[in-house]
Amino acid sequence: MPRALHVFGYCLRLYRRTWKGTFVISVVNPLLFLLGVGVGIGHLVSHGHPATLGGVSYTDFFAPGLLAASAMQTAFVEAGGRVTVSASPSGAYRTATTTPLDPEDILLGHMLFVAFRVLTSTAAFIAVMELFGTISGWWVVAVWPAAVLSGLAFAVPLAAWTVTLRTYPQVNSFFRFLFMPMYMFSGTFFALGELPHFVRLLVSVLPLTQAVELCRGLSLGHPSAGGVAAHGSYLALLLLGGALVARVTYRRRLHA
Amino acid sequence: MIARGWTLRRTGSLVERNALIYRRSLTPVLSSILEPVLYLLSIGFGVGALVGKVYGIDVRYVDYVAPGILATTAMNAAFNQTSFAIFMRIKNDRAYDAIVPTPLSIADITLGEVASAVLSGVFASCGFVLVMLVLGLVVSPAILIAIPCSLLVGYGFASAGIAVMTFLRDFPDFQLVQLVMLPMFLFATTFYPLSVYPSWVRPLIEVLPLYQSIQLLRDPALGTFHWGMLVAALYLLVFGSVALAVATRRLGRKLLL
Repeated sequence: MPRALHVFGYCLRLYRRTWKGTFVISVVNPLLFLLGVGVGIGHLVSHGHPATLGGVSYTDFFAPGLLAASAMQTAFVEAGGRVTVSASPSGAYRTATTTPLDPEDILLGHMLFVAFRVLTSTAAFIAVMELFGTISGWWVVAVWPAAVLSGLAFAVPLAAWTVTLRTYPQVNSFFRFLFMPMYMFSGTFFALGELPHFVRLLVSVLPLTQAVELCRGLSLGHPSAGGVAAHGSYLALLLLGGALVARVTYRRRLHA
Repeated sequence: MIARGWTLRRTGSLVERNALIYRRSLTPVLSSILEPVLYLLSIGFGVGALVGKVYGIDVRYVDYVAPGILATTAMNAAFNQTSFAIFMRIKNDRAYDAIVPTPLSIADITLGEVASAVLSGVFASCGFVLVMLVLGLVVSPAILIAIPCSLLVGYGFASAGIAVMTFLRDFPDFQLVQLVMLPMFLFATTFYPLSVYPSWVRPLIEVLPLYQSIQLLRDPALGTFHWGMLVAALYLLVFGSVALAVATRRLGRKLLL
């Protein structure tokens, strides 16, 4: 058995005791937003200017955006402060480094767990979307991996950074002052076309914007091949680049 | 417990203590305004472009949403200041270990915490109204009435924050609190009028304290007055006082045992 799987197994055993709390954040939260914002505001939009969305109902427009955003939120919960705490002198990573596990094993094992979390929480969310009938037909088969990729493309670079942190509050500030603005302006709630040109350029390079565009195109059932390739490879590059950096930062922090 | 009841001087000393600590860092103040401003920009303006005017009341969507978010700002500032912050002081900082042996009674502590939380709620509301002013969202000068009204909102939620906090066992229980606060934020007509709901759901929304808070703030902000404001003010007064009574009783047990 590859050594990283031991780390993965450790995370899973821990998760067996804490899954109820995370369930609220990763499943109930987006569900409430889908109902409150998607359906509720959708009601107003249908009386307002629905044409702005190009013939798509607001719920159908909003749901895949929220899926991408919630995948990243799950990634944040699992790879944000948790990594910092694990890498602290009394954290779980420190115990693991005294075993035959290398920093790479710890990294891979933890990211496998993040993948597991994103995989399961997006599955639950997609099931809800199916219930609302917002995904067009069989495209759901493509939406799921796209959502998982979105989550991981965010988690791995994030872990590469959070493993270097000595204190926890920085992660909270990151959430408040960077993640939340990204969450609100990456085209989850409204079409990017409304933004002024230069803001749009700025926003379009954000990882969440790319993820939202990818998931939305697939979910609505009319993705452009070029768009999928561009957004997909952006996210894949982010994931790979993050992994390369994380290998270095994990080794530096844990073998220091 | 030596002292019973409360005096202005003793209660004031706790407010002063909290003020001294908050003065040290701007981050909590900034973040209590930042999040509502993000919602205002993203949903108010962004989604507002899709909505246009709210049907039935003929008000620009962003003008409609802003006072709703103002109410949630006052609510969150006051509620977080009591529920999470006090729990933190009990569990991590152990601040009350140093406060309880002083002449302060439990009533002083409860009232002092509520008063500080109300103050930060009012500060956050003023900050948010300023942002509204800068963004050109002040429809009516009557919004000035919304500031004293946010005092009542703060009173209700600050007291409720302590009362709720006394029931929590440990930090993960805050997830359960979120499970109530988030749906309330989303469904209590912050983002759309009550008429969106089927008639059998409406009473369920109307009993929510946030719904009443929004009733209290939205009308003056839009320059229209309703007798519903009086009902809302009365509701919040009773809600806050009942919560305060529960909070004082239960906080005593939590701090002294």
